[in-house]
Amino acid sequence: MRHVIDKRVPAAPPPVIQLRSITKAYGHGDAVVHALHGPEDPETGGPLGVSLDIHQGDYVAVMGSSGSGKSTMMNILGCLDVPTGGRYLLDGIDVGHLDEGQLALVRNRKIGFVFQSFNLIPRTTALAQVELPLAYAGVRAAERRRRALAALSLVGLAERAGHKPNQLSGGQQQRVAVARALVTAPAMLLADEPTGNLDSRSTEEVLGLVDALNTTGRTVVLITHEDEVARHAKRVLRLVDGRIVSDVRQAPVDGPPPMLHGVGVPA
Amino acid sequence: MLRFAVGGLGANKVRSALTMLGVLIGVASVILLLAVGNGSSVAVKESITSLGTNSLTVSSGSAVGGARGAAASAVKKLTVDDAKALATDADAAASIKSVAPVVTTSGTALYGDISYSPGSIVGTYPAYFETANQKVAHGEYFTDDDVLGSRKVAVLGATTAKQLFAGEDPVGKRIVLGGTPFTVVGVLAAKGGTGFTDPDDVVVAPLPTVQNAFTGFGPVSQILVQAASADSTTAAQSEITRVLLGTHAITDPTKADFRITSQASLLTARESTTKTFTVLLGAVAAISLLVGGIGITNIMLVTVTERTREIGIRKALGAPRAVILGQFLTESTLLSVLGAGLGVAAGIAGSHFSIVGIKPVVIPESVLGAFGIAVAIGLFFGSYPANRAASLRPIDALRHE
Repeated sequence: MRHVIDKRVPAAPPPVIQLRSITKAYGHGDAVVHALHGPEDPETGGPLGVSLDIHQGDYVAVMGSSGSGKSTMMNILGCLDVPTGGRYLLDGIDVGHLDEGQLALVRNRKIGFVFQSFNLIPRTTALAQVELPLAYAGVRAAERRRRALAALSLVGLAERAGHKPNQLSGGQQQRVAVARALVTAPAMLLADEPTGNLDSRSTEEVLGLVDALNTTGRTVVLITHEDEVARHAKRVLRLVDGRIVSDVRQAPVDGPPPMLHGVGVPA
Repeated sequence: MLRFAVGGLGANKVRSALTMLGVLIGVASVILLLAVGNGSSVAVKESITSLGTNSLTVSSGSAVGGARGAAASAVKKLTVDDAKALATDADAAASIKSVAPVVTTSGTALYGDISYSPGSIVGTYPAYFETANQKVAHGEYFTDDDVLGSRKVAVLGATTAKQLFAGEDPVGKRIVLGGTPFTVVGVLAAKGGTGFTDPDDVVVAPLPTVQNAFTGFGPVSQILVQAASADSTTAAQSEITRVLLGTHAITDPTKADFRITSQASLLTARESTTKTFTVLLGAVAAISLLVGGIGITNIMLVTVTERTREIGIRKALGAPRAVILGQFLTESTLLSVLGAGLGVAAGIAGSHFSIVGIKPVVIPESVLGAFGIAVAIGLFFGSYPANRAASLRPIDALRHE
């Protein structure tokens, strides 16, 4: 449990995520609040920003209490928000230089989102939900349907493809969201408190799916405040007041996730 | 995309239906009101052409309209001699085809034990029939010989014939007009009334006969002049002026003591009135169409606000700006297309009924125009809400409660 940095990393491809001195401030003047702060500059006392590398296939849990900056971090990682300062390289691309259209493309191709509140589109069948990112990527209808059905059967909901969100339980809705997140085969799965609104059984189901996805090599970043959930990750970051206060590796990057049970289905 | 738009509209059926109703009413009223305006203009045109477009009416009285006191007493009435001057001065009046002096009076007609007062009793020359566009449907016209011989013959209007004879054949029967017996020689074809006076409620007889029986051999009420063609009415008008100034010994044309009106001038005047009427109706309808369009903007703004979170999700999933824009534009355009389509149907269906006595005549351009404008309004008024949706920042949209 004390593997700090894997020896083979230098030979491996560059990290999927590279944060370089990222800061995020809200407000102006005296009222400014640094949601992402990083260590203080020894000379000026100003924020130096958060720097972080996440490698291909890693499974990172970002922990922190409310207001610690973990949601801000998630929004920046997901290209939903832009940092005030610093650079963010996703898969080697400097996201800071992209316009809105290119950011939409990055979100579509490289990131799969799973939200705490599921964020399914109302009055839309599970199949159509999962097809949506493919539609935005310009995939043809027949191919879209085939891949969406494959993703739904991966999360065990193939027989519920025609159901609308209000006909599904919370756990099932979140599994649809997971299917939607993985259908484009993104470089990174970004989950913001994915189990926050679920009972313990559904939590296990969803985390089992995420574990299985990570086993197949998908990079996962999971935001949570529950230790139970963080136990599934290979690496745990703790944020306090916009600073990373601890960075603990629980399992090697290229190994299986620590809590993997036999529920995973090969992708 | 169309499927999403239909789904979006279907999610709020009542709201979508009411918004569509706004456009429907707008489009239908544009089509219907323009059709009513057009219908009344067509009706006016028909009734005026039925009077004969190349006929001119000369009546006595100052054209300036302000003849008072001594000047009024100096007004010389129109006489049969004036009509003869117009008719015989063929060299001077090349544009004049025929002339008919007219006296109009009223009286009671008797047939058997039926007594009826026709709208008017007209004494004139045979040329009157052609000039006034009065055709005999049954029987004959009276002739020049009848006029010269002051024969007691009469041609009845359709209404008068119906009132007096009630289905019996009037031709050859004798009626008594103001104590004088007349033989009916013909019945005029019905023209149909468009105003308060019925043009078919008339008795036409030779001029001297009527003068003898009713008015005496004084001045005539009018002289009907038929121009050679519809185009030569202006030329005929100036010729009449010249001849009558001569017979009335007036040197200054502005002091003429007679008035010439032509059906063509009447037609132009009425046409411009109905045009104004149509434009007014169209403007009112266009305003209701505009209100319908604002209804679309309103409802689309509500929809965008309601679905802000959904927009955020779509953006997080990588929806480009154009897709969001397209989705909301499709929705608003669908609203307006459906509304306009139903409006066209309603407008055309409504135009089959006559409205305040006017049979609407649909202008095909108004149908295409109203439909096109409604669709354009959907695009235009939908573009503001759609743009607002498309330019939402994903993070703000996702946080929206």
